[in-house]
Amino acid sequence: MSRVYLFKPFERFWHWSQAVLIISMLLTGFEVHGSYSIFGFQKAVNYHTIAAWTLVGLWIFAIFWHLTTGEWRHYIPSTHNILVIAKYYSSGIFKDKPHPFRPSLRNKHNPLQRLTYLAVLTLLSPLIWFTGWLYLFYADWAAWGLGNLRLEWIATGHTLGAFVMLAFLISHLYLSTTGHKLTSQIKAMVTGWEDLGDEHMPAKPN
Amino acid sequence: MRTRYLMAAAMVAIFFAAATPAAPATTPVKLIKSTADHGKFKELDREFSSGPEVTKACLGCHTEAAKQIHQTQHWKWEFINPDTKQVLGKKHIVNNFCTSVKSNEAACNSCHIGYGWRDDKFDFSVEENVDCLVCHDATGKYTKPSGFAGLPVTKDTEFPAGSGKIVRGINLKEIAQKVGPTRRTTCGACHFNGGGGDGVKHGDLDTSLEAPGKELDVHMDIKGNNFTCATCHKTDVHQVPGSRYAPTAMDKGAARMRGKEDKTNPDTCQACHGQGPHKLAKLNEHTAKLACQTCHIPAFARGGVPTKMSWDWSTAGKLDKDGKPMVIKDEDGYDTYMSIKGNFVWKENVKPDYIWFNGTVKYTLIGDKIEKGDKPTQINHFEGSASDGKSMIWPIKLFRGKQPYDPINKSLVVTHLAGSDGTAFWKNMNWEKAVASGMATAHTEFSGKVDFIETESMWPITHMVAPKEKALGCIECHMNGGRLERIDGVYLPGRGRDHARWLEIGGWAVALLTLLGVLGHGLGRVIAHKRNS
Repeated sequence: MSRVYLFKPFERFWHWSQAVLIISMLLTGFEVHGSYSIFGFQKAVNYHTIAAWTLVGLWIFAIFWHLTTGEWRHYIPSTHNILVIAKYYSSGIFKDKPHPFRPSLRNKHNPLQRLTYLAVLTLLSPLIWFTGWLYLFYADWAAWGLGNLRLEWIATGHTLGAFVMLAFLISHLYLSTTGHKLTSQIKAMVTGWEDLGDEHMPAKPN
Repeated sequence: MRTRYLMAAAMVAIFFAAATPAAPATTPVKLIKSTADHGKFKELDREFSSGPEVTKACLGCHTEAAKQIHQTQHWKWEFINPDTKQVLGKKHIVNNFCTSVKSNEAACNSCHIGYGWRDDKFDFSVEENVDCLVCHDATGKYTKPSGFAGLPVTKDTEFPAGSGKIVRGINLKEIAQKVGPTRRTTCGACHFNGGGGDGVKHGDLDTSLEAPGKELDVHMDIKGNNFTCATCHKTDVHQVPGSRYAPTAMDKGAARMRGKEDKTNPDTCQACHGQGPHKLAKLNEHTAKLACQTCHIPAFARGGVPTKMSWDWSTAGKLDKDGKPMVIKDEDGYDTYMSIKGNFVWKENVKPDYIWFNGTVKYTLIGDKIEKGDKPTQINHFEGSASDGKSMIWPIKLFRGKQPYDPINKSLVVTHLAGSDGTAFWKNMNWEKAVASGMATAHTEFSGKVDFIETESMWPITHMVAPKEKALGCIECHMNGGRLERIDGVYLPGRGRDHARWLEIGGWAVALLTLLGVLGHGLGRVIAHKRNS
């Protein structure tokens, strides 16, 4: 069975701590929103804020790591073979065909992943960051010359981001089961090594 | 030999006497705070037969005091609102408690800081008519019984004449010799008893504040800060700041500093606490829209004294089976019905109502057209909105009433309530006569018809500040149906009615569809896998 080393220790640490933070922010955020009551409003706000600042710290390290190691290149979008991947998910996967994409250290993400992660990084994250940041500094809006801004808009934007993040999380969790085996990809994110199976289609140039 | 022993003993005694520190020669002198002991003034070492006699003695040294008092609202009972130009003050307004001072001066004006305001012939320019003692009494023995137009009674007097009830005379000399600064009880003598009794009117002012504990008032706590009223209502030239006719609803100033020229209201929370008093930034953010009182006064009438929440005059006048006026009390001993006044509702530990308030209070005055309708007539209305830039969310006591009005002229009326004459309502229980008499005193037109109209008045809640541990928690407002449920113009996280419907429905739908999509896809894989193998 062939396997490949994909995720370095920092990358795995980044992924899992970010996962914990985002899930806890979804949980507390929707409580602050008023959707249910688990921790109580006050604690929910406090946990949400602590998680947000922790994520800020994590991202500072992550951005530095991506820039210095060149790992940012994994998010450059590519449409090459994108239809092949889409066809696999809509038909090949039901015929027990092997995954057409073989990840490597040079090319970790299939083109659909690249596009999705890029969208998360460039569209969804900025929406949540920007509105969340303003939410945190609500009292300073007037001093910043943003007196006309309304909390309603910021809160609505932040909630919109949360719903999209929730949808992403659901599909992301599911798609992690579509590797060689159900747990291959999850194992890869834990150990760094991904099992690719023995038989596979000839690697296509990427 | 013997002498030698004695010498040695003497030496030892001297040594120890020198080594032992000398006991302090005197114990610390107990000084009074003031530089003057009024008990030593010969001007006050005499009998006084009336209040004005005492005032004359006071003015002998405090030459400018009466002139200062003459400029105050406490003296004039008149306030002209600089913004609305409405002529207000107790002298003019009609409220929904005992309704009006006019035509009832002899009774009501026992709370005037003057002597002898019995009717509109009272001379406001006479200096000895100023009552120094009512604010500066330190003995607690000074009283101004109702019915004497603000005069103290110095000799035992039968009142009302022929009733057999004796009002005891008080010794003015003793009181004059012990004057001092104002105290909670001197201010409270009137302000705790507004509306005709303990706690009746305000809800956040009653006799429980004479010696409150920390739970009731963190500033006045007798074992702690022990503030008097004047600690916050910092008075200069006898002008006491903090009138509710034109309150400071929003104070964006920093904490006041000694030596800085400052004409702003010294009795706001911010005057001492500034703009960012909380350790948590998230709490300081709330000061943009919330008056401090909104969170820090969780309820009013917390000191064990209830406050009146409503007063229905329309039921007054019922007599008992002997044809006599009656009083019905609740189990706590509070009047719920009086023949002379109608029905009341008393409440303790009342959650305030909350409104946007910008400091402008508009009154419905006599002559203003009022109409019976779905909504009660507003005796006064706190103006404000989320968008005017001048408003904060304030706690208030909303007091509901039903009171006499003139249905033909469509106006509030002056009712002659107190007195022993043939028209006073409390003596005769005849509305038409009482209102006719009151309106004649006020020189105002009256149709002769009396009907009753529902009214409401607003009272700012600003006293009885709880310790911080007892301030409102987030969840009191950040929820559905919380304290601020009815406040418009703000987005309140956690309050469902602020949510955009499209986002609520759309957001959960997208999440659910995603879930169904992946479950369907997964199910497809399972089925396909089974079929293929």
